Order: sequence, then C-alpha cells, then structure tokens
Amino acid sequence: MSAPASDLAARIEAARAAAARATDPELPFLSIEDLGVLHDVVADEAGRVTVTILPTYSGCPAMGVIALEVETELAKAGFPDARVVIANAPAWTTDRMSAAAREKLLSNGIAPPEERAGMRSLFAAAPKVACPRCGALDTERMSEFGSTACKALWRCRACREPFDHFKCA
Amino acid sequence: MAAHLSDPRAAWLMRLGDATLVLGHRLTGWLSRAPTLEEDIALANLSLDLIGQARAFYTRACELEGGTRDETDLACRRAEPDYRNPLLVEQPNGNFADTMARHLIFSAYAHPLYEKLSHSNDAETGGIATRSAREMAYHLRHAGEWMVRLGDGTRLSHEKTQAALDDLWPYVPELFEADELDREASASGFGVDPPTLRAEFDAAVNEVILRATLTRPAESFGQRGGKSGRHSEWLGHMVAQMQFLQRAYPDARW
Repeated sequence: MSAPASDLAARIEAARAAAARATDPELPFLSIEDLGVLHDVVADEAGRVTVTILPTYSGCPAMGVIALEVETELAKAGFPDARVVIANAPAWTTDRMSAAAREKLLSNGIAPPEERAGMRSLFAAAPKVACPRCGALDTERMSEFGSTACKALWRCRACREPFDHFKCA
Repeated sequence: MAAHLSDPRAAWLMRLGDATLVLGHRLTGWLSRAPTLEEDIALANLSLDLIGQARAFYTRACELEGGTRDETDLACRRAEPDYRNPLLVEQPNGNFADTMARHLIFSAYAHPLYEKLSHSNDAETGGIATRSAREMAYHLRHAGEWMVRLGDGTRLSHEKTQAALDDLWPYVPELFEADELDREASASGFGVDPPTLRAEFDAAVNEVILRATLTRPAESFGQRGGKSGRHSEWLGHMVAQMQFLQRAYPDARW
C-alpha cells in the first residue's frame, strides 16, 4: 500500500526538519542546512526516507560524525529506518553556505569565506579579509592552514587579535 | 579474470588513490618535527587532504568494481607491487627543502589533473575531483611560496633547495607518461590523459623556479616503474609501517 502523496510530502518535510537539526561538530553553531551539506531528502513509496549529504573538505574528519548525527536526529523524529547517503555530486562549495551561516560565523569570531568560490592564482595577493572582532581590513594571513581543514589562520593588525578565516572552497 | 580487474575505471582511480595515500602518509612523518608550529599544522593539513582524497578515490573505485572490496582493503591489505603510484611520492621526506620540492612537483601535476577530471563522465568522480582541485590550489601555493622563500633565501637554503630539485627531477617524466590504462580511461571520457597536463605543470613550476632564483634541472633521463608496480627501495618500508596495525590486528577499522 502506498501512502497518499500529501502524507508523503509531509513525511519528507518532517524528515528534512529532523536532518537539518544535525550540526557540524567543529562548528556546533552551524546546522548542516546552514552549511549547504544537507542536499536532498526523498522518500520511496513505502515511505522510507533517504537523506543525501555532501562532504566538504576531503580530509574533514567531521563527515562521519555528521552522518551519524543525521541518523540519530532522524531516529528521534520517528525515522529509524532512514538511510543517509554521502554523495560527491554535486561537489560542495562554500557558495552553498547560507547568508545565515555567514552571519553565525562572524558572530562566533570566524571570518566567513569570500562570496564567490574561486581559486587565486599561484602568487596572487591574499584576499582582503575583515577582522571578525573589530571589522578592520588591516589584517594579514599567518598560515593558509589552521585548526581544522576548513580554516586558515589570520591576525588583525588593528586590534592585534588572531582569528580563523573559513577557507574559500 | 577476477571481477576487480574488469573495470579499467576502477584500476585508474586506484592509481590516484595510491598516489595520494602514499604522499599523505609520507607527510605524516613530519608531525611534531616541522620547523615551526604553523608549518607543523600546515603539513598535517596537507596530509589530511591527501588521505581524504585517497579515501574518496578508493571508495569510488570499489563501487565501480562491484563492491567486493573497500577502502581499507586497498590501503591496508595489498602488497607493495599492487600499489601503482608514481615513484615521486614514495621518495623519503629528506630535509624540508626535499619535502617542499616533492610537494611542488606533485601539486603542480595534480592540480590540472583534478581540474580536468572534474569533467569526468562519471559524476561522482567529477565531484571528488572538483573538491580536490580546490584543495590542490592551496597545496601548490604553499609549496610554491616555500620554494621561493628557500631558493631566494640564504646561500645554504638556496643550495639545499636546488639540490632537492635536482634529485627529484628524474621522477618528473613518469607523471606525464601515458600507458594503455591511461589511454583507455581518457578515451572513454572517464579519466585524463597525463601528457595533456604537462603544459600547465611547466607554467606553474617555471614561475616558481624563476621567482626562487633556482635553475630548472635538465631532463636527461627519467625513473619510471611505479605505475606498473615496480617501485623504488623506499615504498616497501613505508607500506610495512603503514599497514602494521591491520596486519597485527586484522579487521581493525580506521
């Protein structure tokens, strides 16, 4: 027996809301929906839900935990048999992050990535990054690699504070 | 013929996985030994990216060959001749200039490789390559900046960096040589033909060498064999160390 279409739509909506409660363990103030990691939620005729998430940086160790968290949230919301699929297409990019995500990064002391994901050429000047604490543009890159795969290490010459910059990818 | 030998796409992707796993593992040898704390973190991140790429390439390869093996089988349950990485990536870390020269050569090769592979007729492979290409842009810049700093640094750093480049240059030609598998994978629209990457490699490396006041080594001969499983003396030792845990405690998961 297949469920009526409206039931199915409601079921998908409920599953999406549950999956969206999962957060990034490295950035617990960001949901996977904010990050653009939550890609797709579908249900088959029997009502079994499949959630597709997109991996971010190749080396990000948080992906396994995120998948587990999505499963947990789905189980708590009444979808114990839901499947979580990690797909590589479409490729995740920082362009998938929501405006809300950028705001949350900033208010947590992390400079958000540049608006458009693009690659600087080999010796191009570093991008202009505003200090997330004082807003000054007088900042400098200390290292393109930081505490996690997604962050670079910067410092502000105006307020003298170091800060993380979410890498553009 | 065993099932896993039947899909050339899987065999071709495994090579990419082998190259990134071996170089990623090599870089772990620097952890806690880098010249500065920032550099220690940077080298760990480079390693993490490469091992992550290896996992993605291996996993897709296993799906394409029919799902009888997984990433751990490929990384930890194969012998040295089963690895098909180019000889460059298994060369020892040496001094810091050796490591950076090796990384410059690899990333200047892998960056255009991944960019071209992002157009693969296999969407999953294309997606992995798209993300990996962005990561390699960071690797190329990091290695390039260090080569300039070292080459255009003190007399000693210049000498060591030039020696590193000279020592590693014989491993360059192998990266751009196509064999039957390369031609098959690229003709089908799945993979990339290595000779098509040479111009972009040369442009990036020449720019670094010029800024670093180094001299581009002559390419009089090439060391080859890794892609057909004939390795230098270094890989066996590395694999023995890398696989120790799986051999001692079979089925331990990473």
